[in-house]
Amino acid sequence: MMTFFPKTNIDFLKYRKIYFTISTLILIFGVILFATKGLNMGIDFTGGTMVQVKFESPVEMSAIRDALTQTERESDLQSYGDNTYAVREKGAETDIAEVQAGVEKALDTLNVPYTIQQANFVGPAVGQDMTERAAWAIILSLVLIIIYVAFRFSNILWGTSGVIALFHDLFVMAVAFALTQREIDLVVVAAFLTVAGFSINDTIVIFDRIRENMRLTPRASLAELINRSINETLSRTIITSLTVVGSLFILYFFGGEALNSFAFAMLVGCICGVYTTIALTTPLVYVWTHGGENNASSSAGKPARKAEEKKPAAHMQQEPQHAPAAQQHGPKKSVRKSRRNRR
Amino acid sequence: MSKSLAIKWIVIIVILLGSMALIYPNYRWYSKPEAERTKLESLGEKPQRLLNLGLDLRGGSSLLLELDVSKLSDREPLNEAMARAIEIIRNRIDQYGVGETSITRQGDKWILVQLPGVANPAAAEALIGKTAMLEFHIVKNDTAGAEKAIEKLESMEEPYDQDGVLKPEIAELLPEGYTIFRTKDGGYYMVDKEAKVTGADLDDAHLTMYGDNGYPEVSFSFNAEGARKFGQLTGSNLQKQLAIVLDNTIQSAPVVQSRISKEGRITGTFTLEEARQLTIVLKAGALPAPVRVIEKRTIGPTLGEDSIKSGLSASLYALLAILLFMMIYYKWAGFISDIALVLNLVLLMAIMSYFSATLTLPGIAGIILSLAMAIDANVLIIERMREEKLLGKPITTIIQLGYDKAWSAIFDSNITTIIVGCCLLQFGTGPVKGFAVTLIIGLTVSLFTAVFVTRAIYELMLTSNPKEISL
Repeated sequence: MMTFFPKTNIDFLKYRKIYFTISTLILIFGVILFATKGLNMGIDFTGGTMVQVKFESPVEMSAIRDALTQTERESDLQSYGDNTYAVREKGAETDIAEVQAGVEKALDTLNVPYTIQQANFVGPAVGQDMTERAAWAIILSLVLIIIYVAFRFSNILWGTSGVIALFHDLFVMAVAFALTQREIDLVVVAAFLTVAGFSINDTIVIFDRIRENMRLTPRASLAELINRSINETLSRTIITSLTVVGSLFILYFFGGEALNSFAFAMLVGCICGVYTTIALTTPLVYVWTHGGENNASSSAGKPARKAEEKKPAAHMQQEPQHAPAAQQHGPKKSVRKSRRNRR
Repeated sequence: MSKSLAIKWIVIIVILLGSMALIYPNYRWYSKPEAERTKLESLGEKPQRLLNLGLDLRGGSSLLLELDVSKLSDREPLNEAMARAIEIIRNRIDQYGVGETSITRQGDKWILVQLPGVANPAAAEALIGKTAMLEFHIVKNDTAGAEKAIEKLESMEEPYDQDGVLKPEIAELLPEGYTIFRTKDGGYYMVDKEAKVTGADLDDAHLTMYGDNGYPEVSFSFNAEGARKFGQLTGSNLQKQLAIVLDNTIQSAPVVQSRISKEGRITGTFTLEEARQLTIVLKAGALPAPVRVIEKRTIGPTLGEDSIKSGLSASLYALLAILLFMMIYYKWAGFISDIALVLNLVLLMAIMSYFSATLTLPGIAGIILSLAMAIDANVLIIERMREEKLLGKPITTIIQLGYDKAWSAIFDSNITTIIVGCCLLQFGTGPVKGFAVTLIIGLTVSLFTAVFVTRAIYELMLTSNPKEISL
């Protein structure tokens, strides 16, 4: 059997204050970054025009910029690598044919052959519509996720923690985009959605393990259960993430310009996702379940322990359909059942 | 082999053969040279049930049009007007003869037109957006009193509003009841403001390649109503000049020699292309209201080709790397999940072909997510099996427990992600929808391949009573 990780027994919860501090710092840093630099929203959202050209031989960017001053329009020039450049005018409502003709005329003065690869015009109404629809889709999915997880795991806190973890991943991705000033276009939105999917997936796998361990050892404290579950699923978390991150690296370096932003977003999101699942989702569940006694429990004073012991039993109680006398017999029953399975 | 296992395998084999049958036409179609495909497409001979490539992958233009609902007639409900507008646009484009076009309604008053492979979208756009306002105005003999207006008109970029009415700052310089139009060679005519007959009353239009003066001409015939109006107009204005105004420009202004009712001709210095477009637009009829382009995207064929090439090859390398890794790390078990992964891709392609779905870049992202979740399902199962193996259980128990225990996690995570996919499908537009479609299909398929198929393979292996399966 080939394994990267021997059986681990790390007390992940012990460091929860560090995680929360890191996440808070990222949050503050991100908010400052959004306020100062902002996100580079593409014309898909702002509306505007974009002309993308590819030169047949290298041209100095400053030369292109100089040539473009002839158009007498305010535009940004962005390099895509491989002698490819994009000329953008955000928020403009001018006809793309007009803009394109102007750009072509200006670029002709450079005397380097080129081809127009892409020319886009997006009206402001379209961008707004897109943003609205995306917002609705996200809100509805989050609500449904919370409801589904609450239903399957008999606890609304879990679903909420999962959704917060999801937000955390998306936030970090947005920070990465603000930091690099990469443009956010529709393909990047697809990457955000994909990461949201991964994030939920990771969360559920760990929740599922906690649920199972609760059933097997109903007397264990929540802290023990969470730590054991994270450790037990650690090898799966690493292997799955490794395959995904590995293939994303390939897409990032060889996938061509169209997939580059997508791969970048996914890389950030997936790497962050591993951290979030281990360091944010379950610690949040833990802290919320224990509410105010949060401070006392980390050094595991005996009284706090006792209070913890009752909680898992309470969870079991919420699966009463099959075992009416849940508190007393429920746990035993499930243990017996799983023994039968093992034979 | 037990009966239930035999049934499982029959199901798997039937599905596999069905998928192959669905994928084969794609192979035949896409191995044809580009030119031949375009030709067959425009003839409408493209086979049904093929996987289509989105514009971002094959190049082409897409136009999003907004119908100006404020100009709609009160009698026509919005839905009917939209249906008619789409029909008219389709007619115009079909006659222009480009490849397979998709024209769909989006939202309330938007129409999405997708023209794959069109290198010059401007021509297509002109064709779609054209209201082709054909009007007949009686010319006033002299332009006296219009000098100021002409001067002003020359200085303005767009002297007419969308309905071809002179803007008030010019109109006030003219005598009451008149308007001016430019001729194609730069002169001006002052004409009656009211057009007694318009293109809306046309019945049919034809192109004549070589007209009287050597230029192409467009001949037309009126419907009953139009013929009556046109007869009246020409009959009461004999020996006067009649200006044929197309989109605010006078094409020609022949002198009315006799009363004409049913048929007429538009002559002028048309190029063949102009005349052809005019014929198409007149024939297809007028749009219920003007349309405005609110989004336009043109992707050159080279960009599509480049992105598909590097994107596809990179995806292929990534897939190979994953397959290899699984085999090295999980040995036989990894190999079995590799089989499931490849089968997953095959089924996905087959289902997408069956629904003639369109593959776009975000769609590929959806496939990647679903494949990653398929791998995750197998990793979950195998890791469970390993745990049981470490406890020293017999092989049959290892496999059974591996699946039993991993199932709830696999099921819950797939269902949650499918929920997200459905929300995106409901609210998303074009590209987001493409993502949602491949994601939902991919996840459903992966539940089948990663769980059902791999288990069937293990069970088949168990029939030969092996001592151990390497994990």
